[in-house]
Amino acid sequence: MSIALDQSAISTALSRLADQLFLDAGTDTIDLVGIRRRGDEVSERVAALLKEKGANVRLGVLDISLYRDDFEHLHENPLLQSSEIDFSIDGSRVILVDDVIFTGRTIRAALDAIFDYGRPAAVELAVLIDRGHRELPIEPRYVGATLETDRLDHVRVGLMKTDGEDVVELTQK
Amino acid sequence: MARKDFLDIVSLDREEIIQLLDQAEPFKDLFTRSVKKVPALKGKAVLMLFYEPSTRTLSSFEVAAKRLSADVTTFDVPSSSVTKGESVRDTIDTLQAMRADYIVVRHGLSGQPAAIARQTGASVINAGDGAHAHPTQALLDAFTLREKFPEMEGKRVLITGDILHSRVARSTSTILRKLGVKVAFLGPGSLVPKTASPDIPRFTNYDQAISEFGPDAVYLLRIQKERMAAPFFPSDREYHNLYGITDERLRQLAGEGTYIMHPGPINRGVELCDAVLDYDRCLISQQVENGIAARMSVLYGLKPQTS
Repeated sequence: MSIALDQSAISTALSRLADQLFLDAGTDTIDLVGIRRRGDEVSERVAALLKEKGANVRLGVLDISLYRDDFEHLHENPLLQSSEIDFSIDGSRVILVDDVIFTGRTIRAALDAIFDYGRPAAVELAVLIDRGHRELPIEPRYVGATLETDRLDHVRVGLMKTDGEDVVELTQK
Repeated sequence: MARKDFLDIVSLDREEIIQLLDQAEPFKDLFTRSVKKVPALKGKAVLMLFYEPSTRTLSSFEVAAKRLSADVTTFDVPSSSVTKGESVRDTIDTLQAMRADYIVVRHGLSGQPAAIARQTGASVINAGDGAHAHPTQALLDAFTLREKFPEMEGKRVLITGDILHSRVARSTSTILRKLGVKVAFLGPGSLVPKTASPDIPRFTNYDQAISEFGPDAVYLLRIQKERMAAPFFPSDREYHNLYGITDERLRQLAGEGTYIMHPGPINRGVELCDAVLDYDRCLISQQVENGIAARMSVLYGLKPQTS
C-alpha cells in the first residue's frame, strides 16, 4: 500500500477543481450535486472554496443506491439515505461531483437519478480523482488529480468529515 | 444477510425495525419528485395473492411495487381458483411457474403466509393473516408516529376498539412496544381479551382510560362486523357513545393536543364522528401515504432466493 495523495495534495486537487469551475461559470450560479458517499463531502468543500471567490453556489446531494446496476449480485441491498436537492434543476447546468471515477457505472446511475428530478439544460462531471479504466463512454470535464493505476488496484479515498483524515491510498494487486 | 420474508413483527429485533423505518424516509421523499419511480426492482415480478377482500392494502402494495419499477400482477383469488377448488399449495406451484420474485399474501387463516414462505424461494410478505399479524400496517403506524415524535420512547398510545379480532392491534402494539412506546387497550369487555398481554393496561371505560393513561395518540380500530358471528355489543350508536370519538371527546382531545390514528376503512358514526376527519391532528391520510413508503422499504429490504 502506498499513499497516492496526502493532505496537501488533496487540498491542491480541490483548489484545482474550484479554479476550473469558477473560470467556466463566469457570473452564473454553480449547481453542484454531490454523490453519496464522499462525493457530497467533495462538493461541500469545493463549494466553500467557490464561495471564497465570490461565486453563487447551490448544493445538492444525490443517493444513487436505487439506481445501481448490481443489485442482483449483492447479498444485502445498500443502505439508503435521502437525496437532498432543494432547488429545481430544470434548465440548470448541473455539475455532478464524485470522489473517484473508475468504471463510470456510478455516474451512469447518477445520470439516471438526476433526470428523475427534472430536466437540466446540461450535466457536467467533476471528480477529485480519475483513476482510469472506464467501462462506459463517460468522461469528467473537471478533474482534481489523475492517478495511474492497474485495473485491479484498490484506491481508498479518505476525507476529513467522512473518514477523519484526508488521504488517498493505492493498494496494488 | 437480508431476510427472505416479512411475516410478522414479533421476529424482528429493534435494530431491524429502526432500519426499515429509516429506509422508508428516502422513499417518502420520492413522492414529491417529478418522477416518483426508481428502478431498484426493475424486471422483478411481484404477485398479489389476496384471499380476503382488500382495497386499501392491495392498492398500497401495488403502488409501492410500481414505484420500485417491479411488474405487478394481481392474482384475483376469490373469483378464480379457490372457487374451483384449487388448494393454496397448488396455487403457489402455479405462481412459482410464473416466476414470481415477491408474493404479497393476505389470507383469513393465521400462519398461511408463513406456510407459503416455506414452499417457495420467492420473498413472501404478509399483508394480513387472520387475527395473527399485519406487519406492514404496524410499520407504517410506527413510521407515522415517529414523524410526530422522533423520540418515541415513553410516548403513550391508546388502542381502542375490537382488540380481540384485530391483527392490527396485535402487530401495531408489538412494534410500538419494541420501540419503547407505552400501549394500553380500551374497548368493551367482550372485545378486549383479559388473556392477551397481561402487561398491557386494559380499560373498558373511555374517560377512565384518558384520565389515567394520558395518551399522546388514540388509535381507533375498525369494528369488524365481518369477523363477528354474533354481535359483541348492542348497537353502533351505543358503541359510538361509549367508545367512539364524539364531537365532545374530539374537543377534549384537541385541548390536550392528542393525535388520532385509524388503519381504515373508517366507519363514520361508529369509531369516530365526521369532525375527526377535519381535525388537524388526525393522521389517517398520513398513514395512507406513509403506507406506500413503508411497503417500499419492506420490498427493498428483502432478498428473494429465486435465482
